[in-house]
Amino acid sequence: MIDGVTALYIFMLAGFTGYEVIARVPVILHTPLMSGSNFIHGIVVVGAMVALGHAHTDLEKVVGFLGVMLGAGNAVGGYVATERMLEMFKSSKGDKK
Amino acid sequence: MDSLIQASYFLAALLFILGLKKMSSPLTARGGIIWAGWGMILATGITIFLPNMDKITLIPNLDLILVAIAIGSVIAWVTAKRVAMTDMPQMIALYNGMGGGSAAAIAAVELFQAAGPESGHGGANLSLAVIGGLIGAISFSGSLIAYAKLQGIIKKPGRFPMQQQVNFLVFAAAVALGLMIVLDVHSVSLVILMFVIALAFGIMMTLPIGGADMPVVISLFNAFTGLAVGFEGYVLGNIAMMIAGTVVGAAGTLLTQLMAKAMNRPISNVLFSSFGGGDGTGGEEVEGSMKATDTADAAIMMAYSETVVIIPGYGMAVAQAQHKVWELADKLIDRGVRVRFAIHPVAGRMPGHMNVLLAEAGVPYDLIYDLEDINTDLPNTDVVLVIGANDVVNPVARTDPSSPIYGMPILDADLAKNVLVIKRGQGAGFSGIENHLFFKDNTRMVYGDGQEVAGDLIQAMKEV
Repeated sequence: MIDGVTALYIFMLAGFTGYEVIARVPVILHTPLMSGSNFIHGIVVVGAMVALGHAHTDLEKVVGFLGVMLGAGNAVGGYVATERMLEMFKSSKGDKK
Repeated sequence: MDSLIQASYFLAALLFILGLKKMSSPLTARGGIIWAGWGMILATGITIFLPNMDKITLIPNLDLILVAIAIGSVIAWVTAKRVAMTDMPQMIALYNGMGGGSAAAIAAVELFQAAGPESGHGGANLSLAVIGGLIGAISFSGSLIAYAKLQGIIKKPGRFPMQQQVNFLVFAAAVALGLMIVLDVHSVSLVILMFVIALAFGIMMTLPIGGADMPVVISLFNAFTGLAVGFEGYVLGNIAMMIAGTVVGAAGTLLTQLMAKAMNRPISNVLFSSFGGGDGTGGEEVEGSMKATDTADAAIMMAYSETVVIIPGYGMAVAQAQHKVWELADKLIDRGVRVRFAIHPVAGRMPGHMNVLLAEAGVPYDLIYDLEDINTDLPNTDVVLVIGANDVVNPVARTDPSSPIYGMPILDADLAKNVLVIKRGQGAGFSGIENHLFFKDNTRMVYGDGQEVAGDLIQAMKEV
């Protein structure tokens, strides 16, 4: 288990990181980026796996199962959507058909 | 095994941040998502092992886990591959809702166990589990409503008297239940009740919000889910989740602010007021009249100009006209006309929505300009072609302080030498505000479906 102070540091530094990374993004990439960050919080599937992993009662198992299913949907859907969007960006110099 | 798991999570978090960084430039964006994807595979793959110093142990319930992953992945994969680019915003809302639901499910499992006999959770743990669970549940049901609205399943904003007060009471009830659970967790049904109320609140808070504001709402829910994931990460002691969740929470909050700012509406306004609810018709009388023209004249006008700026809006997305528009632009470029695309930050249903559609049609991104970059050039532009955009080119935002959109940054199309507007009919735009641009002397209207008009223009261009 992580102690509270360490957790605070992690939250603070990660918060600034997120803010800084987005700060210089051109409008053109806002939707793909929202989609990309949407994919990244798909990491929730890992937590759902851990939760289902130590579920004992039937209720816990059902809820945990739903959690893993939804989390996997978040990750896979987010990835495919983002990848499809970014695939289309190209410049006029270079690979114009 | 333990240190290998920790190292994998560390590497995954690193890949996420680097991936996000790469995604913030058009040149490297493609690689960014792939890096992040490897991070995800690594983190998920290592999680099937239990942290154990001596030997390799598989996580319990592995069969259930694999089945759940398979079902979720296949559904998401198929839908994400099939959906049209114009419908992407609602799919993002949907996948985001899934993440929120997953975070809520984690919180539920943890809280059920805390209510059971073998409770080992401290106060900080319980609080964060409850907060993350509440946020996740609100994000889940709210995102589903946002999806239903954009998909056209729910057409009208649902409003009733005293709505804000009722919503506040529901929210307060959820928080009060959460507090009770933190102070003395002993009842599984209490936990279930809290989640039901939180889900109801997510629905009630999203129902009254109009379609035009959905981008801001989706972005907000995206940030919510990120936060929820970060909090549940702390509960489970999973650093990769804490970092990834918090990064997304912060980035999503900033993105939400940027969007709200571009619309000149504080976030509180989006959430707690109803746009276009009736008071939006004020302002001065419009002078002049709308002057229609046909596609042949419009084609000649563009073909013999030196510079053309195309301003697409949501109407282009609805008409699926982006391919035809690019074909038209390509024809103009072949004739030696300098063609550029100008995109308002909130055109369409998400920031960058228009960019994605134009990119899909094959428009190179270096022909696409932001508001700040193109506005100074518009007075020197021969022809501005407005297709399916309305409020974002309405000059009253600069001139009429009584207008609801006064102060919103707009594309100064009215300053160009000539303006062509492709529009379905004569009605006012989404906000219900008359657009003074359409009544100006140098503006000509071309009525019709965006795709058909663009097709006709291409035909006419060949005969010029």
